[in-house]
Amino acid sequence: MRTTGRNLREAAIKAFFFACGIAAVLVLVGVFLTLVATAIPAFREIKIGEFLTKTAWDPTSPEKLEYGILSMLVSTLLVTGGALLLAVPIGIGVAAYLSDVAHWRAREVLKPVVEVLAAIPSVVIGFLGLVLVGPLLAKIFHTGNGLNALNGSLLLAVMALPTIISISEDSLSAVPKAYNEASLALGASRWQTLVRVKLPAGLSGIIAAVMLGLGRAIGETMTVLMATGNARAFPHGLLSSVRTMTAGIAIELGEVPYYTTHYYALFAIGLVLFIMTFAVNLIADIVLHKYQERER
Amino acid sequence: MKKIVIAAIAALALLGSLLPAMPAGKMIQVKGSDTMVNLVQILAEEYMGKTPGAAIAVLGGGSGTGITGLINQTCDIADHSREWKQKEIDQAWEKGVSPRQFVVAVDGLSIIVNEKNPIDQLTMAQVGALYRGEIKNWKTLGLYDKPVSLYGRQSNSGTYVFMQEHVLGNKNYSADMKEMNGNAQIIEGILQDEGAVGYVGVGYLYDENRRIRKGLKVLKISKEPNGRGFLPMDKAAVDSGDYPVSRPLYMSTNGKPKSDVDRFLRWTVGPEGQAVVEREGFFTIGEGKSKAENDKAFK
Repeated sequence: MRTTGRNLREAAIKAFFFACGIAAVLVLVGVFLTLVATAIPAFREIKIGEFLTKTAWDPTSPEKLEYGILSMLVSTLLVTGGALLLAVPIGIGVAAYLSDVAHWRAREVLKPVVEVLAAIPSVVIGFLGLVLVGPLLAKIFHTGNGLNALNGSLLLAVMALPTIISISEDSLSAVPKAYNEASLALGASRWQTLVRVKLPAGLSGIIAAVMLGLGRAIGETMTVLMATGNARAFPHGLLSSVRTMTAGIAIELGEVPYYTTHYYALFAIGLVLFIMTFAVNLIADIVLHKYQERER
Repeated sequence: MKKIVIAAIAALALLGSLLPAMPAGKMIQVKGSDTMVNLVQILAEEYMGKTPGAAIAVLGGGSGTGITGLINQTCDIADHSREWKQKEIDQAWEKGVSPRQFVVAVDGLSIIVNEKNPIDQLTMAQVGALYRGEIKNWKTLGLYDKPVSLYGRQSNSGTYVFMQEHVLGNKNYSADMKEMNGNAQIIEGILQDEGAVGYVGVGYLYDENRRIRKGLKVLKISKEPNGRGFLPMDKAAVDSGDYPVSRPLYMSTNGKPKSDVDRFLRWTVGPEGQAVVEREGFFTIGEGKSKAENDKAFK
């Protein structure tokens, strides 16, 4: 009697977790299908080639309606790329410091502080970009204003840092002590041990950290909406005002008349964004697997 | 585990006990124009202060957002600083919404630059040329050698649409225009950017002491080249139409306004509401055409 009760419970728990797992897959598939279904009608009126390669976007123009997303696409890549360029070296550096160099007391204080950074709402960071980082950049580069891609990159770097630091540090700390001790015993310096032994050993976690940071940066909306100026022109560099794909959707989805080409086109942007993040995750996964196979 | 359950029940109980403290009756949802959001917020606060039991929630988001909200029946009142587009009216009727529009205030749309800019006056044509991206440097217009840095709103803004129709001559905005999230952000940008030009509602020009904000310069606008220019703060010029970019600010409802909504609207267009409008730097609707149209819409 007792065993059947137990078995029943086991089965129920199993079913529950199975349902949870399936639900995640179903939600993903559902979101993807909804996106595809709502994006496809856009291409009844827009040529898909023009959608991806034209730089002009003006669906409410009184002159000629334009649906080209290339400027927004490049702007997104520019802002996100800039953010990673800043956040990855700093993030890994801080993680290495926390796991290897810092006194344990410093670590106990610093790690929670870094994690609290992640809790700052994006609208607050965007506001800082508007009133603090912007004027600073304007002074440094003599550009009149600092509402540009670089501003967005700086802010997104700050937002991606906690993820990158926290997960990288976990992965470095998880490297078995024996690796460390063996390396030091062979006469390697602490620097050599860190760079040649611990970083490669923790690489899978670090890559995961960078990808999660990238995911956060690419999809972030409010911060870039406030800090990058949202000009629709094709960007000439990090000092141009740019409008990212997320900002474009956020600006226009609130007022767009439903079930019009403009409405469908916004979902098409969302689909492109989804495919981009999906590709990022897929590549990360492949890299991780390759690396893990080599390690075995 | 048990402790967590007890804590959760306690929290729920606390929440439940707070709920009845909320005002009874339905909350009036107001949504729309960012130009009007501060004004309507203050109108709502004053009205609620004088009317026990009244509850009004005011959201911004842009005129387009408010009108879309009224069409989709997610708000009771839409604030908008531009007229309804034909497309929107058709869509409203399709969904069984019959919009009625009330003029609640008048705005002198203000063209502003950084105080370092020596220019004092522009013609309508020049403002249009600036925003179409045809004038790239201020020296084209005067002695000031600085690249023009355009600040505007986003396409969900009524002000964006109004400018495009009445000043740009229904032409495209320059793709280099920075599209800001609201009037306040345009002001922030202009205070810092010496080459800047922007447009905001007249109520946004003032600081808390009812003076024009430091660092801003409001431009006189003339209809014709060499014509006399007027400032948007000049009530007489706005009323007479001498100031060329003044516009009514509207609230719209679905059908004839009912009970709470009706009382709030009547208060807003009445003497008490109009006193608030004036205090916030906008202009009153007066006794003329707007009032007659409002009276008709109330019936």
